[in-house]
Amino acid sequence: MTLQQRIGKWVLSWPPLVYMVLFFLVPTLIMVVAAFRYPGDYGGLAPMYSVEDGKVVWDLTLENFQRLTEDALYFDLFIKSAGYALATTLACILMAYPLAWLIARSPKRYRDLMLLLVILPFWSNFLIRIYAWMIILGPQSAFTRAVNWLVTGLGFEPIQLLFTPFAVIVGMVYVHLPFMVLPLYANLEKHDMALLDAAQDLGANAWQRFWRVTWPLSLPGVFAGSALVFIPALGMFAIPDILGGTDSIMIGNLIKQQILDTRDWPFGSVLSIMLTGGVLLIAALGAAVARGGRKRG
Amino acid sequence: MALLEIRNVVKRFGDFTAVNDVSLSVEAGEFFTLLGPSGCGKTTLLRMLAGFEQPDSGAILLDGLDMSRVPPEKRPVHTVFQSYALFPHMTVRENIAFPLKMAGWDRKKIDSQVDELLEDVRLTQFGQRYPHEMSGGQRQRVAIARALVDRPRLLLLDEPLSALDAKLREQMQIELINLQKEVGITFVYVTHDQGEALALSHRIAVMSHGQVEQLDIPERIYSHPKNRFVADFIGQCNVLEGTVKAVEGATMVVSIKGCGDVKCSTVPGVVSGQAGWLALRPEKIKLDKELPDLPDEAYFKGRVHDCLYMGDVTIYIVEVGEGVLVEAMLPNNIPGVAKFFDDHDLVEIAWRFDAGSFLTE
Repeated sequence: MTLQQRIGKWVLSWPPLVYMVLFFLVPTLIMVVAAFRYPGDYGGLAPMYSVEDGKVVWDLTLENFQRLTEDALYFDLFIKSAGYALATTLACILMAYPLAWLIARSPKRYRDLMLLLVILPFWSNFLIRIYAWMIILGPQSAFTRAVNWLVTGLGFEPIQLLFTPFAVIVGMVYVHLPFMVLPLYANLEKHDMALLDAAQDLGANAWQRFWRVTWPLSLPGVFAGSALVFIPALGMFAIPDILGGTDSIMIGNLIKQQILDTRDWPFGSVLSIMLTGGVLLIAALGAAVARGGRKRG
Repeated sequence: MALLEIRNVVKRFGDFTAVNDVSLSVEAGEFFTLLGPSGCGKTTLLRMLAGFEQPDSGAILLDGLDMSRVPPEKRPVHTVFQSYALFPHMTVRENIAFPLKMAGWDRKKIDSQVDELLEDVRLTQFGQRYPHEMSGGQRQRVAIARALVDRPRLLLLDEPLSALDAKLREQMQIELINLQKEVGITFVYVTHDQGEALALSHRIAVMSHGQVEQLDIPERIYSHPKNRFVADFIGQCNVLEGTVKAVEGATMVVSIKGCGDVKCSTVPGVVSGQAGWLALRPEKIKLDKELPDLPDEAYFKGRVHDCLYMGDVTIYIVEVGEGVLVEAMLPNNIPGVAKFFDDHDLVEIAWRFDAGSFLTE
């Protein structure tokens, strides 16, 4: 690399670098420090140190972390959130796969239009779309009534859709589906159709052709989409807030509650660290699995 | 009974008739080639044999059984694809084992069978490699091994050597011939390369516009093309316009336009006065400064119009009569001599009456 190229690289990359340091790295560090501080008397944070007899006394503590271990509730909530995120991810895979396949196999001139339709919901506000689901799943909606007509027809008690874990998952799948469709489409679109011909020619039925050829070759797309769905889904709080009942809160709701309602910033920070750590751990596991897959691929 | 029988098969795509009433049969153990330019229907015919396309009418019989309702995965037929279509996420071993796994063989039998095939195609060391780690020729051999591993009744090869360079192609041709002899499986080979077809095949069907123009052994296809298309498509050929002047038993006299009368072998059914073409291979023509005018040879004086030096041979384009150009080919078999004649040299050419064949279509 010449000197000019090296200088050019730095000139181009310092604005995003400064941006990331200022607005991502610094706040994260503030959060980490906050986790070791006492809450203030009226919310927020207590002073980090005081000066007594001319000596600096640090007011830092591990109590906030101890609280995490004292009550199993927090860990259970994290596991429950991971369960919601996992269910969302699986549902997204199941729904996005056929759609991505259909788009990838459509004539080229229709593909862009179909992709546009997939991302069209982004053109309206996120909260408005979630409130729309509140209406769709509400007790008076045509959808709910149709469901209950069917349910009672089969001899069961009418069911409630809104404010249930089901509603939360429906909302999360709805919001995250495009993030699964797009990477899957990008992967499936590149598949060599001759491979499926070859598999069929060599004796594989439709089921075997999918599981032995298409599925393993699409795993990079599945992993990419899963990361894009699972990670934001894990920290989601707006959807459980609006569509979920009291029993369907997630770790994101708890963090929001600690920071905004209870104004216990240190404990909110601890919960955030747990969430970030959990996501990193899961992402690392996913990357390891994906790397194994790529080595074979 | 023939192993494979194709009866009056027709295949249309919209208005386009890709395969138009083709009938032919392939014997067990044969190396059979479908030869023709792109768009002649050879690949469509092959895809119908594999089961990827259904004939619009006609029947395909394998071992006497109608294949029309049998899907590709149920046919005892495998294809070596032009792009090889190796599974990129599987090792060479896994690729070759694929048909056996699909057929539900047990692990031990699969292992020993795959070992055998790896040995057959000389890739024993490469079992654990992935396709992208191998050269074009090696991938080709994997594709063949994979298609042969469960001993299909029929192996279809779709221009399998077209992606290889000339040197490797020749080597693979020899390997293909030997492999076919060894395994004894019937090959149906599709190519547009006439040299490849002549070198490999027991019999060749030359196709154009969805029809079989000529079906014969390579020697006959080359030396006795049935019509102008075959003469033109296979190798170099002089096609001289002429009219039959007289039929005299085994020979007849043809008057070549702008040139003169020549003797040639009688073609059954040809009558005096009939117009046609004399097809003549360049290497069958004698060319020298002076030649004797023999009774059973055509003989003309001419002038060298152009020379094409090809290395092993030189092609001389000789003008005989008015504007009639005849290509003659001489091997460059004398050390130190690259060309025997130059442009504008006066020469004489001659050929035996049975060197060429008279075509009526």
